Amino acid sequence: MKTTETSAPGTEPGVSVGKTGDPAGTPPKEKKEGAVLNVFSHGVLIIWAFMVAMPLLWAVMTSFKDDASIFSSPWSLPDTLHFDNWSRAWTEANMSDYFLNTVLVVGGSLVGTLVLGSMAAYVLARFEFPGNRFIYYLFIGGMSFPIMLALVPLFYVVNNLGLLNTIHGLILVYIAYSLPFTVFFLTAFFRTLPTSVAEAAFVDGASHSRTFFQIMLPMAKPGLVSVGIFNFLGQWNQYMLPTVLNTDPDQRVLTQGLVQLAASQGYKGDWSGLFAGLVMAMLPVLAAYIVFQRQVVQGLTAGALK
Amino acid sequence: MQHGKYRFIVGFLAVPLGLYTLFVVWPFIQSIYYSFTDWTGLSPDFKMVGFDNYERMLNDDIFWKSLQHSLLFALLLPVVTIGLALFLAFMINVGGRKRKGGPVITGVRGSSFYKIVYFFPQVLSIAIVALLFSFAYNPDSGAINSILRGIGLDSVQPLWLGDPNLALWAVMAVLVWSTVGFFVVLFSAGMASIPVELYEAALLDGAGRSTTFFRVTLPLLWDTVQSGWVYMGILALGAESFAVVQIMTTGPGGPDYSTTVLVLYVYQKAFRDGQAAYATTIGVALLIVTLAFAAIVMRLGRRERLEY
Repeated sequence: MKTTETSAPGTEPGVSVGKTGDPAGTPPKEKKEGAVLNVFSHGVLIIWAFMVAMPLLWAVMTSFKDDASIFSSPWSLPDTLHFDNWSRAWTEANMSDYFLNTVLVVGGSLVGTLVLGSMAAYVLARFEFPGNRFIYYLFIGGMSFPIMLALVPLFYVVNNLGLLNTIHGLILVYIAYSLPFTVFFLTAFFRTLPTSVAEAAFVDGASHSRTFFQIMLPMAKPGLVSVGIFNFLGQWNQYMLPTVLNTDPDQRVLTQGLVQLAASQGYKGDWSGLFAGLVMAMLPVLAAYIVFQRQVVQGLTAGALK
Repeated sequence: MQHGKYRFIVGFLAVPLGLYTLFVVWPFIQSIYYSFTDWTGLSPDFKMVGFDNYERMLNDDIFWKSLQHSLLFALLLPVVTIGLALFLAFMINVGGRKRKGGPVITGVRGSSFYKIVYFFPQVLSIAIVALLFSFAYNPDSGAINSILRGIGLDSVQPLWLGDPNLALWAVMAVLVWSTVGFFVVLFSAGMASIPVELYEAALLDGAGRSTTFFRVTLPLLWDTVQSGWVYMGILALGAESFAVVQIMTTGPGGPDYSTTVLVLYVYQKAFRDGQAAYATTIGVALLIVTLAFAAIVMRLGRRERLEY
């Protein structure tokens, strides 16, 4: 806890003696205990940081090695940087196609989720009408149900609509499965916004939808950013939905493409290319996370803290 | 604000609600209905068979194995993950060296660095994490066994995912690895909002660090811990366990059904074996387990909310 709060001296005489921390006032035993604890906690924390970072570094390192040294000495540094692994993965192993598909699917789904989610959330948060609670809980219920149960019939629903193995079909399904959390989060957010601004706009003759798009949406921007990041990561990393609904090799998204690649490269033996693909898929997200660290953490933990 | 209100409400709700009903609600209802039929998924013809599928499920050894593994995932994973995360978050927040004139309890130096690193796996797809670890667990060329060789443990070379007794634990360890960071950050935020005065008072009364943790920190964080528990349990029963087991283990679900979980079994029955109706039956069992889990955790964890 990095607290900047320095307790005002003198307000509680009994306490201030104990905590001023001057060498004379602190019992030596306590001071020693603090130091031991400090070393211990740094030790534990560094070990875990190491355990998190090592597998990732290992993958980056391996992606620059040739196949022979991957097998003979997994932890040695690459003799030369084999950038050809990367270009092979990008072109021959179809990583470029997987990236493009993922960008299209996630781009479409993200915009759709935010627009439709905020529309539904706004109406549910701000208007009273019969069935409001029912619709709200219908949306919320989707968060705790096992999706796999719905996926069996969903496959045939999507198939009957002619949307199986299409990008737009996948977009619609992604939106539908992102709505529960989005509606839950944004409904709570719209409730916290002041009503007076919207009322003033309405009195001035703006229609309901104009009030929403021109007044309320800009006001809801912080909430939209949080839930947008949450959905972006969830949709970019989605594995189960495309595995079931998107079986055409040409339409594969990044995650399932890599898994398929791993299965097929196993026979071809191009492990270095596979690792290059793996790192290629990890880097953009990690880079984006490091740049937008604060927003990402806020976006991902927002739901759990509510 | 009455003018055109209902037209507006309908106009705004129609598309999201329609999409949600078509792709989420309707399939859920259908799958419960299908669990009473003999639908294969391959042909459009089917007839009602009553509780046949359920009877078959109760006599299915693989179902019981999957259920057992899923329950283990839902109970053990949150305990280990949240326990470890609480410990690390506590170290980050109170492990600091006392500075002159500073507050009695401080966070360690570099606390934000630790939090950034710990959070890495959370932004990666669980599919990519699973893939990475399936290589790391490789008995010959994997990172883990080669570390063991490196420190002189040449005789300790487990097969990991190939060993029926180890495979499930190896898979669970990956889920712990990938989720701990999220909870560390979540709990750290919670701990940072606990007023320092409470710690000072506890320490002044002679409480040690561990007493402080169990008597002050944990009770004040309880709400967050509880919702984290439910969240983690639902993930461990559903999407996350599907990805790790399907990608990492042989079969998938093996060796010898030692890692199969309910969600994978549903998938295999529906999309590999052409037994869609039976798959939905197992899915209904998964639904019951999930709801029961959430209800039990919420109930067990109910206690008076502490205000501070």
